[in-house]
Amino acid sequence: MNALPLLSVERLTMRFGGLMAVDDVSFAAETGHITAIIGPNGAGKTTLFNCLTGFYAPTSGLMRLAHDGGEFLLERMEGFRIAARAKVARTFQNIRLFRGMSVLENLIVAQHNRLMRASGYTLAGLIGLGVYRDAERQAVERARYWLEQVGLTALADLDAGGLPYGDQRLLEIARAMCTEPRLLCLDEPAAGLNARESAGLNALLTFIRNTHRIGVLLIEHDMSVVMSISDRIVVLDYGRKIAEGAPEAVRRDPAVIRAYLGEEEGAP
Amino acid sequence: MAGARGGGTDRMSALLREAAMTGLLVFGLAVALVGVRIQDGAALTPLLFRFDDAFTAAAAAAMGRLGVALLREGRAAPVLAGGTAVALAVALAQFFFPAHPLMLALLFDTAMPNWLITAFAGFLALSAGWRLRRARAAQGAGVPLEAILSNRDAAMDRIGAEVQRVARYAGPLILLLALALPLMPFADRRLIDVAILVVTYIMLGWGLNIVVGLAGLLDLGYVAFYAVGAYAYALLAQYSGLSFWICLPFAGIMAAFAGLLLGFPVLRLRGDYLAIVTLGFGEMIRIILLNWYQFTGGPNGLSGVPRPSFFGLPFTASPPEGGHSFHTFVSLFWPLDFSPNHRVVFLYYVILAMAMITNLFTLRIRRLPIGRAWEALREDEIACRSLGINPTNTKLTAFAIGAGFAGFAGSFFAARQGFVSPESFSFIESAVILAIVVLGGMGSQIGVVLAAVLLIGLPEFFRDLHQYRMVAFGAAMVAIMLWRPAGLLAHREPTMRLKVPAARGGGT
Repeated sequence: MNALPLLSVERLTMRFGGLMAVDDVSFAAETGHITAIIGPNGAGKTTLFNCLTGFYAPTSGLMRLAHDGGEFLLERMEGFRIAARAKVARTFQNIRLFRGMSVLENLIVAQHNRLMRASGYTLAGLIGLGVYRDAERQAVERARYWLEQVGLTALADLDAGGLPYGDQRLLEIARAMCTEPRLLCLDEPAAGLNARESAGLNALLTFIRNTHRIGVLLIEHDMSVVMSISDRIVVLDYGRKIAEGAPEAVRRDPAVIRAYLGEEEGAP
Repeated sequence: MAGARGGGTDRMSALLREAAMTGLLVFGLAVALVGVRIQDGAALTPLLFRFDDAFTAAAAAAMGRLGVALLREGRAAPVLAGGTAVALAVALAQFFFPAHPLMLALLFDTAMPNWLITAFAGFLALSAGWRLRRARAAQGAGVPLEAILSNRDAAMDRIGAEVQRVARYAGPLILLLALALPLMPFADRRLIDVAILVVTYIMLGWGLNIVVGLAGLLDLGYVAFYAVGAYAYALLAQYSGLSFWICLPFAGIMAAFAGLLLGFPVLRLRGDYLAIVTLGFGEMIRIILLNWYQFTGGPNGLSGVPRPSFFGLPFTASPPEGGHSFHTFVSLFWPLDFSPNHRVVFLYYVILAMAMITNLFTLRIRRLPIGRAWEALREDEIACRSLGINPTNTKLTAFAIGAGFAGFAGSFFAARQGFVSPESFSFIESAVILAIVVLGGMGSQIGVVLAAVLLIGLPEFFRDLHQYRMVAFGAAMVAIMLWRPAGLLAHREPTMRLKVPAARGGGT
């Protein structure tokens, strides 16, 4: 490993007209760590994610991703290239599955770029070369592996849109993992899950961190998830970073308590 | 259903009132539209009164409405009886005494509306019968009838799934039938001509299915690429004198290029907006063809487009100097007289082969990454981007490939007609092709075949019904949109399965 952290965000600012959605935020995320980003509603967490994954072009600031000796400046890359080259995968707050396609197909589509190369950009696949068939078999194996991890193997051939809500969330994470990311960005994965499903999610995220050694960036409101699995927490409020540190330290931080519970005086 | 029985006579009189109102309304409309007609060139009475027909229309409407209302109330038995009686009576009367004075007074003077009444009454009786049977089954199973009725969509999807399952075996059978069609004893020139037309539209439907059904890009200007293909062949043949088989790939590439050209500006558009722009593009192409008369011949079109030859052997009665035509060449091995049908049959096989290539290509590409990416793009473009799929390239390939097939079909069209003019490429053609795709069930290959036969084949065959042809066309469209909004055979089979034993019981 080199000295650079996996992701370093420097002075990131995103302005929508007069609204500073993200205001001069800097932080770093390490490989093999779960970094949680928390904050009250409207704190700019999802905007930060959208900047990281190329859906928004930030007003100013730097986002550097470093892995395998390569460096990617995310603010200069198109959205789909961030996913394809810089290997950043994400899930969405409001689940975005390919609802009309089967669970398995969702996971195969996630491996599009590798399969595209193997199919010779369709030409070799069209005439049915063995290279493509092997690649497809591997893709199915990878999909099967992730289906087992999230416990959806038995539902693999059903339409993704027909799954129960909790399973859809898990499938979205599995789909993101099928792109073999170095950084996984999860936007409120525990939203709408019951206590049992939430515990399962904890186990899954811990597994991803420990076994696959990738960086996980996690937006979450559910403090039981955040406090029990994150290695580091970044707290945003009104677009600004107000605290950063280990879970215990953040929990006791007066600025964090003020942001969540409020005080007599309104913050500037 | 049980609650509706409460006030028996009250409900009944309400139903009768409803039916009477409908009858009155129809009479009001019909008395002006049907009841009075201006006669051309009649010296004595310029006006022809047909009030009896207005009464007939009103009575038919009232009875129909009563039947529908009774069905709604769950009283199927009287509808079954009444519907059957009316259907039989009208059918028999029309069949045996079409000119009896009583018949003329009671029913319409022309046959078609009477047959429509028969059909509708029969349909009401059938649906009443279906309901009765269901009710009996429901009683037996102890399931409320409403639950079964609300399951109709699921049942329709099961029908779609069933048809697709059968299609795997029926498909080759249909292909065999299609191959054998010109050899059938009943196959006359007209039948083959209609078949060529139908297969052309099937090919166009399959091509558009790539764009609309798979990639989910609503394209209302598809006929533009058909036109580009047709003119590309006509002009290439005119200026370069190359044969059909050499021009065909060029025409396809040209159309695919036009697809790219359209694709670039509309990359960011979806749904209605995309539909409007593609509609405009389709009209632009047509108007360019119309106005660029130095090149395209303008409204006169291009005539004398060379016909495709059979590996260089023309289909002519007299062979060219020092060469052979098809029949003289075949006669070297097998005695064969010249017949103008040879060319028609040959054209039929050409378009059948081209359509089958389109079909196989689509079936294959659906299972390739690009095909899955198209479908994923249709489902959710943002999710696609988050997975590293390049939406620009993916959309452009869909446009280009879809357009390419239209180009092939277009050059076939030009070769078959021997003449192209902008008139053949009006918006209505785009609409019909889109209707074939949508009615067949988006993404369903066999659905396109069915819809093309229904929408192109039947109207061509029933040309004798002249003005009622388009009425039936419209009625069929409305009926399908009401009962089967997702298309006749809309059911999507996953492109691959994990084949987990447990998944069998996982539900449907």
